[in-house]
Amino acid sequence: MNFLNLKKLSLLIALGLLSLPAHAGWLDLNMPKGVTDISNEVYGLHMLILYICIVIGVLVFGAMFWSILKHRKSRGVTPATFHESTKLEFLWTIVPFAILIGMAVPATKTLIKMYDTSDAEIHIKITGYQWLWQYEYLNTDVSFYSKLSTPYKEIYNQKEKNINYLQEVDRKLVLPINKKIRFLLTSNDVLHAWWVPDLALKKDAIPGFINEMAVVIKEPGVYRGRCAELCGRHHGFMPIVIEAVEQDQYDQWLANGGKVESTDLASTEK
Amino acid sequence: MSTVVKDTHHDEHPSGIMRWLTTTNHKDIGSLYLWFALIMFFIGGLMALVIRSELFQPGLQFVDPQFFNSMTTMHALVMIFGVVMPAFTGLANWMIPIMIGGPDMALPRMNNYSFWIMPFAFSMLLSTLFMDGGAPAGGWTLYPPLSLQTGDAFPFLIFAIHFMGLSSIMGAINIVATILNMRAPGMTLMKMPLFVWTWLITAFLLIAVMPVLAGGVTMLLTDKFFGTSFFNAAGGGDPVMFQHIFWFFGHPEVYILILPSFGVVSAIIPTFARKPLFGYSSMVYATASIAFLSFIVWAHHMFTVGMPLAGEVFFMLATMLIAVPTGVKVFNWVTTMWRGAMTFETPMLFAIGFIVMFTIGGFSGLMLAITPADFQYHDTYFVVAHFHYVLVPGSIFAIMAAVYFWLPKWTGNMYPETLGKVHFWLSTFFVNLTFFPMHFVGLAGMPRRIPDYSLQFADYNMIASFGAFGFGFAQLIFVYLIVKTIRGGEKATDEVWEGAEGLEWTLSSPPPYHSFNTPPVIK
Repeated sequence: MNFLNLKKLSLLIALGLLSLPAHAGWLDLNMPKGVTDISNEVYGLHMLILYICIVIGVLVFGAMFWSILKHRKSRGVTPATFHESTKLEFLWTIVPFAILIGMAVPATKTLIKMYDTSDAEIHIKITGYQWLWQYEYLNTDVSFYSKLSTPYKEIYNQKEKNINYLQEVDRKLVLPINKKIRFLLTSNDVLHAWWVPDLALKKDAIPGFINEMAVVIKEPGVYRGRCAELCGRHHGFMPIVIEAVEQDQYDQWLANGGKVESTDLASTEK
Repeated sequence: MSTVVKDTHHDEHPSGIMRWLTTTNHKDIGSLYLWFALIMFFIGGLMALVIRSELFQPGLQFVDPQFFNSMTTMHALVMIFGVVMPAFTGLANWMIPIMIGGPDMALPRMNNYSFWIMPFAFSMLLSTLFMDGGAPAGGWTLYPPLSLQTGDAFPFLIFAIHFMGLSSIMGAINIVATILNMRAPGMTLMKMPLFVWTWLITAFLLIAVMPVLAGGVTMLLTDKFFGTSFFNAAGGGDPVMFQHIFWFFGHPEVYILILPSFGVVSAIIPTFARKPLFGYSSMVYATASIAFLSFIVWAHHMFTVGMPLAGEVFFMLATMLIAVPTGVKVFNWVTTMWRGAMTFETPMLFAIGFIVMFTIGGFSGLMLAITPADFQYHDTYFVVAHFHYVLVPGSIFAIMAAVYFWLPKWTGNMYPETLGKVHFWLSTFFVNLTFFPMHFVGLAGMPRRIPDYSLQFADYNMIASFGAFGFGFAQLIFVYLIVKTIRGGEKATDEVWEGAEGLEWTLSSPPPYHSFNTPPVIK
């Protein structure tokens, strides 16, 4: 009887644990690979340096814990008296140095690619405001503001929060895939930063300055980002939503003056 | 000349509050600094708990977003300038004269001033919480133009920072003067304990960069009130310039917050391993290299401002270089432990905890140095996790290790060992519960300094909030333990620890009010 109850209990606990990731938050624990060549390279660099750190960590902490287990007074050991070794000290200065060079080379290569904003076909000016974004498609008439569309009732807990809570906007930034797009970034008031993790793009929007960055999106979809530089009271409430679509849908959208809201043809929700 | 008469005369001091207000004794002033830091630790900690309460669940529950921003800003200012810096200055005051065999600090009157400026500076800073427009909410980095939107609090913030800077510079000058002039005969520079060495280098960093901060914030002040345009693009200024000035101060500042802990750990590990420190001279050179590098890496805090490619590459490479001397230190500590005869009293536990968790913070620091990856990490909870790993189980653990290590010397009483160990294990468990999940939410895309977040970040934020409350309550044990030890307990011997080396252990426990009036003989 008791045994059965225990079994039931553990089943309940297991079910409870399974139902916990209702919004899959438990699995969101690494950088997204993203949907551009560069974002994949950045992910690769991130994993490479992470693995290097893990290997060094295992070696250093391993030696340390071995020592903690074995070299303790309670085991009756007599302490050694050595306190220097030029060979050893030389070795652990040179080896990390070599590892760092090995890391710096691919990082620099990726960085150079990220800085290449030449030959872009579409140019979009992004302006940060307290607390919304303005998108201007240069050389067209399309220009609009994009701000948070989450209802206040959800923020103040009077209504259940929807799945895109705080990452939904009234007008999405519509972009074509497989085209090089150049963003010109500035601000009208304080500093902001425009960040979309799936595109590995983050840059500060600075009043009086124009920053630039470029991207080629490989897959259609909806990509969500946020303001990443503290910009005042509603800093946490100025998300970015991009809808990446096929070229013809983009052309159609542009021909309509950007007025048709959300083509809603995105295949994947990111 | 009768030294006995002289001593009695000097041992007389006013009693009650006047003793503390007028004291020029390095031990009294050291205690004042340490108590001040402890009080501020709880004030800053309460602010952290406001932050973690609001972030316990998605949605706005407890505070207005503006007040939330004030909390993150004030928490940082209090913890950096009010806890870690004064705590290390307190340790320096207590220990440096004793460790080098000197009678007191070189400039005792200035020592008194440099402490008593602090309560005024922090009264001014904390009073902004009650002002029109609220406390500063633009982040502790004070980036304009946002920081210029601060209300009545603004001039109070700036002058509070000026006073803190003044106090730090005076303290630093005193430490340099003491170390260079007050050493006992035979105490050559390369015989000094590493705590003294690391503080000597820290003090030079302070003297170099605090005036830079003072200049930067003064320009903010004139931009706000006197119509200048140092950082106002519309008037020909440059908002990014402030960031360069700030981080030219700010990066050496983060080493100011960590170098003395290297000294503490380098004192504790050999004591409990009963084996001399491995690579003493390479430790000194590594500290000096880190200090030098700290001046040429500042812009790694600003990879996303749009610097030219060459700038980004330079600051990435320079930053990665820091891993070399820092690695040397960690390897030296582990090798000191290797084939020792270790025991694990509370100071040793905190020191080992420091090495492990500081190294984890070092690893994430190395990751942050990789510029392309930093574009993804920058201004996210990954950064929050990184600097809390180096500051909480880093600097704060080192300060706690130092307190447990020297408290028997200061008070003459042993602290309750079991309770100390409980304090260590609870702190370690909760500090990891708080900060480790922040790596995950940061990588998954959660920016820092936000009062509310989208649903995918909910689970790990809840865990972090649990951890923060656990860590906060665990620190009450620390206070209980300090008060209990001061009031009494098992008497400590002069040597206190079996493997202890150094001049402080040749004095009685507690040491006399004035020690080393005649210099000790150095072997």
